[in-house]
Amino acid sequence: MNTRMLLAASLLMSTSLVACGDDDAPTTVTMLVYDSFPTTGTPLNDALAEFTKESGIKVQLLTAGDAGTMVTKATLTAGNPEGDVMWGVDNTFLSAATDAEIFESIAQVDYGDVCVNYDIAWFAEHDIAPPITLDDLIAPEYADLLVVENPAASSPGLAFMLATIARYGENEWEQYWTDLRGNGVEVVESWDIAYYERFSGAAGSAGDRPLVVSYGSSPPAEVVFADPPRTDAPTGVSAETCFRQQEYAGILRGGDHTGEAEQLVRFLLSERFQRELPLTLFVYPVNEAVVLPDVFTQFAIIPSDPFTVEPDAIAAHREEWQDRWTEIVLR
Amino acid sequence: MAGPVDRDRAALTRANALPRWLVPALAALPVVVLAGLYSWPLTTLLTRVIRPSSIGDALHLPGLAEVVWFTLWQSVVSTLLTLSIGFVPAYVLARYRFVGRRVLLAIVTVPFMLPTVVVGAAFLAVLPSSWHGTARAVVVAHVFFNVAVVVRLVGAMWAVLPTDLTAAARTLGASPAQVLRHVVLPLLRPSLWAAATVVFLFTFTSFGAVRLLGGPAHPTLEVEIVRRATQLGDVDGAAVLSMLQLLALAGVVWWSARAQRRGTHALGGSSHWRHARSRRESWSVFTVGAAIAIVMSVPLLVMASRSFRLGDRWTLAAWRKLGTAEVRPGVSLGVDPIASLLTSLRFAAVAAVIAALVGGLAALAIAAAGRRGALLDIGLMLPLGTSAVTVGLGLLITFDTAPFDWRGRWWLVPLGHALVAIPFVVRALLPVLRAIPSDQRAVAATLGASPTRAWLAIDVRRVLRPLVAASGLAAAISLGEFGATTILTRAGTETMPIAIARLLGRAGELPRAQGFALATILLVVTAVVIIIVVGAAEQEGLFDARSR
Repeated sequence: MNTRMLLAASLLMSTSLVACGDDDAPTTVTMLVYDSFPTTGTPLNDALAEFTKESGIKVQLLTAGDAGTMVTKATLTAGNPEGDVMWGVDNTFLSAATDAEIFESIAQVDYGDVCVNYDIAWFAEHDIAPPITLDDLIAPEYADLLVVENPAASSPGLAFMLATIARYGENEWEQYWTDLRGNGVEVVESWDIAYYERFSGAAGSAGDRPLVVSYGSSPPAEVVFADPPRTDAPTGVSAETCFRQQEYAGILRGGDHTGEAEQLVRFLLSERFQRELPLTLFVYPVNEAVVLPDVFTQFAIIPSDPFTVEPDAIAAHREEWQDRWTEIVLR
Repeated sequence: MAGPVDRDRAALTRANALPRWLVPALAALPVVVLAGLYSWPLTTLLTRVIRPSSIGDALHLPGLAEVVWFTLWQSVVSTLLTLSIGFVPAYVLARYRFVGRRVLLAIVTVPFMLPTVVVGAAFLAVLPSSWHGTARAVVVAHVFFNVAVVVRLVGAMWAVLPTDLTAAARTLGASPAQVLRHVVLPLLRPSLWAAATVVFLFTFTSFGAVRLLGGPAHPTLEVEIVRRATQLGDVDGAAVLSMLQLLALAGVVWWSARAQRRGTHALGGSSHWRHARSRRESWSVFTVGAAIAIVMSVPLLVMASRSFRLGDRWTLAAWRKLGTAEVRPGVSLGVDPIASLLTSLRFAAVAAVIAALVGGLAALAIAAAGRRGALLDIGLMLPLGTSAVTVGLGLLITFDTAPFDWRGRWWLVPLGHALVAIPFVVRALLPVLRAIPSDQRAVAATLGASPTRAWLAIDVRRVLRPLVAASGLAAAISLGEFGATTILTRAGTETMPIAIARLLGRAGELPRAQGFALATILLVVTAVVIIIVVGAAEQEGLFDARSR
């Protein structure tokens, strides 16, 4: 660790010397990002532009598919990476990434939760209390209300399955899904189908199911992206159904600009960059100096004790769990 | 028995034989492109990731037999159904001229061109909810998306079936059913095979429609390949399954190429279309046309209408804010619709030029090579039957060292689009080339032209203008391409399908409505391109397929 930091420091100094000597050709650091990371026009991109202005280091964004695709690509190119920095490996892919030794170093950059969302109006209309826990979801009053994503194909679907594994343990999670199936859970392939075609709560959604697996930050998104602006969220979050997703940024092993990459990662962790995360990516910053926007404090839930599964266990059992899940729920 | 005239003709043909170097020279670029962007990367990936154990492991995956069975079942059923349903519109659109015909052709073709992420959700909304997640929903969607292939390929041949043949059969006392069975169907057979092959390729490897409409209970081989490669990091398993898929499809393509050759009949030259003559005929044409228009356009209209809806109100807000990346102070969607439209148009132009050049050379080579040309023809079809994930990952690890470190280069995306479009360019040009009577070259020779000169003056010249139309087709394919684009590492502004998927993939009514607004623009641009292509093509007889 110490050697690496020393190395980084010396690289930093040498590159800044180079940078001083050659002002016309600023170094470009390439950052690999997942598909949903904005490449232009958002406050996040403005922050990166400011970084370039101050440090003289240009940041090129390369979009590399969804998070899983990005990790697969990085695994295949380990040691000869496509870029210098990678943004957005989450804890479900972390072990796969570190086992393949794609990173020089990593740091957590943000977090968020995958939780059951509910349609506030529907529950008010039917005079039923919205569910709070995973146990609630298998109760008869919530029969035929929930739509989830296939954990073999969708990242929120996987996160929700992991929440049940964390909650009920290796021995009982399968029974939980048998019960959930008995209680009429519907499974679809992707988040957008679940949220917009089957869920009833989102503005403009076409479905008739008032419960959906989505994000803890979906309610503030409903408020922010409403037109005309609205003051209340149409959806709420079932606080004890959440799985914690952590995202990491890492310096890729074998990249050309390790020193500049270190500088960029430091910036990614700074208040200036982190404060743009909530309203752009709808995740929480790890930098505690950031003051959260009002819509987040009002409508999102940061669960006090979210479910989580060790990255090593996820990497070791992902396929086996998905296959078991498929047998229980779909066959 | 060869008469003297035939012998003379044979001698003439020999004397007019094209120089031996011509076919290799023409085929050089297509072969380099195919080998460099497809065969080599695929081989690199296979040799890198497949270990002796991975074949056994992949073939013993739990549930694989069911996946293969469902893949095969749905593609066979979808193909048969698409053929039988596409038959009537193919006939009407090929044989009759009426107001709005080109628009109707565009409506039928657009779903084939647009990415499933765009039209699929609207299609889902049109289906009764008891159909969601069923095998029949997959089949119905496949018919909807692929009926254009039948209308195009079978219709093209139907347009040139000589009417005197059917008239003669009728005079000799055959019933309409007998005429269809004994005269029309045998003559159409090559085009039916061609259409069946393309539809089978597309439905066998279908990804978006299967996921969207079949739901989690109905995975196909392609879905499993993508899951292995991108979710489980099991690239070797994905590669093995991808090879399994490719072998099966290569077999089908080869078999069908043989069947197409065997069934080829020489037909008359020009198309035989007419206006409806009697009132009854007018009504029939109108009914069929209206039915196609309604069935095909409802999902498209549903999709477009969603761009005008925010919550439960009708509004233009999503359209008004389309030009501005910032939806309110400090909040932006990160998608610039105008920039992504320009990117898509630029990529479409580049892809069209590449596809026209490579596809044009390939078509000339295949036509000049006779039977041996089939090899290149089939080879160029194979990328359509290969999982984009495996080709994409292959490219990633093949061109990864300077000076050939091409990863993340912008031109890889339009090049990928071109690879998808080339087989369609070839399909469109071959019939034109094969329709050139050999006497024309003989006449040129008699007038003193060398075989090469005659070939340049007749074949190449004949193909130049249809090539413009065919490159329009390639542009339309590029505009809607999603699968290959999403696997390639990209820099800069996203293409429209990617931008649409990004907007539709997040919570909030405004991004969603803007996503559908963008999809509507894509729909209109693609439709306009198709209408222009159809216009140009019909002037040139581009789709007048004769002997394939």
